[in-house]
Amino acid sequence: MKIHVTDQDGQEHELEGLDGWRTMEVIRDWGLNIKAECGGACSCATCHVYVDQEWFDKLPPPSDDEEDLLYSTLDKKPNSRLSCQILLNEDLDGMRVTLAKSAAKD
Amino acid sequence: MSNEIITDVVIIGGGPVGLFAVFELGLLDLKCHVIDILDRPGGQCAELYPEKPIYDIPGFPMITGQGLTDNLMAQIAPFGPQFHFNRMVTSLTKLDDGSFRLTTDAEEVFVAKVVVIAAGGGSFQPKRPPVEGIEAYEGKSVFYSVRKMDDFRDQDVVIVGGGDSALDWTLNLQPIVRSLTLVHRRDAFKAAPASVNRMKELVMEGKINFLLGQIGKLDGADGQIDHVHLTMDAGDLSIPATRLLPFFGLTMKLGPVADWGLELNDNLISVDTEKFQTSVPGVFAIGDINHYPGKLKLILSGFHEAALMAQAAKSVVAPGERVVFQYTTSSTKLQKKLGVA
Ligand SMILES: Cc1cc2nc3c(=O)[nH]c(=O)nc-3n(C[C@H](O)[C@H](O)[C@H](O)COP(=O)(O)OP(=O)(O)OC[C@H]3O[C@@H](n4cnc5c(N)ncnc54)[C@H](O)[C@@H]3O)c2cc1C
Ligand code: FES
Repeated sequence: MKIHVTDQDGQEHELEGLDGWRTMEVIRDWGLNIKAECGGACSCATCHVYVDQEWFDKLPPPSDDEEDLLYSTLDKKPNSRLSCQILLNEDLDGMRVTLAKSAAKD
Repeated sequence: MSNEIITDVVIIGGGPVGLFAVFELGLLDLKCHVIDILDRPGGQCAELYPEKPIYDIPGFPMITGQGLTDNLMAQIAPFGPQFHFNRMVTSLTKLDDGSFRLTTDAEEVFVAKVVVIAAGGGSFQPKRPPVEGIEAYEGKSVFYSVRKMDDFRDQDVVIVGGGDSALDWTLNLQPIVRSLTLVHRRDAFKAAPASVNRMKELVMEGKINFLLGQIGKLDGADGQIDHVHLTMDAGDLSIPATRLLPFFGLTMKLGPVADWGLELNDNLISVDTEKFQTSVPGVFAIGDINHYPGKLKLILSGFHEAALMAQAAKSVVAPGERVVFQYTTSSTKLQKKLGVA
């Protein structure tokens, strides 16, 4: 399974996704610029990504907590999600996401 | 100076590793002051995941972040550490006699023979809400915490957020303000149910307002706000306000640690693996904040680092004094210190 991640500099990366992993974990494991401060506990918003519309529509809707956190970022867009809340499975093979500025390490 | 606090050791950071350092240093008779920007001990464990289970603390098949913090506090209690919460250590300088001078943003001065930096992922700092130009008002009419209640007396206060901080300050400030409006995105709160109920009572009694919405623009001049614009489902609204308290959670920033002239490696403090000493002798760094080959950011690694650091710290505070290796199980000396013998 592959996911395509565009980093904050516009560079695209094809990453090997793993069934059952969080998208954030794959991005972090690959060494891209993601802070993911709370380690996936849905309490920091520093794993913020934009999901390409086609894939965005396939995701289960965000929880209230996730929405609250997204609203706390400066760069929220309609296709914003927290990547630690996107669990990978075969249906998401080929998913395209872009790292938000607010996900970058300091 | 009269308000100088003189001590053997200052520990910067009251996370699990800073707390356990009190224990290891205490066994060697070193007295500690612990400073943390949070309002309570526990660092990441207490702030980021108090209810989550940890499975890799030796001897505990499962313990929560808060549980571990509570246990550490009980374990170090015999050594009487002095805690200074709600302040950030802002500067660290070496004095001519070899000791160190630390200052905090609460205007205190500490002088210590040894400094232990257990600053973890950095100091927890309030998140800035997504409002353009808010910086210009910070510290004058926009605050992220309440240091002096009097700053809010007879003011028109707007509090934003749905967690414990937002609710607690709504209840605490209500009696002294001129008006108070609580703003939250939705009608659900992540706060103690008793506070939520009390808040709702105050709304019913007409003593405070509650609005469902988000803050947008701020109006004002010279750092003083006069209106806060809200985006609401019911339509946009601008309300008069002289104080704004946004509670958007905390984030970790390395902060002042980077400016203390210590050798860094990718924003982490370089240490050796014998003493966990930094490039400045007498200043040690343990836990998540340090870097050495093979480092693992685990609580248990930090505990190990604390034990070795303490031996080295002892030889700085009491040079030449022989440190005898002892077990807490069998040494009555150690047990006396722990108050059990
Ligand atoms: C969701 C999550 C799950 C985790 N799970 C595990 C696990 O299962 N097992 C495990 O071993 N580890 C786990 N960790 C990692 C573990 O929490 C850290 O390794 C540990 O907290 C590090 O402890 P510390 O004392 O070094 O730093 P921290 O816990 O980060 O504490 C540092 C403290 O220093 C304070 N500070 C920093 N600078 C200053 C300053 N200038 N002035 C005043 N105060 C300052 C900060 O406010 C903070 O309170 C997890 C982390 C997260 C986020
Ligand atoms: S990693 Fe913190 S919310 Fe996703």
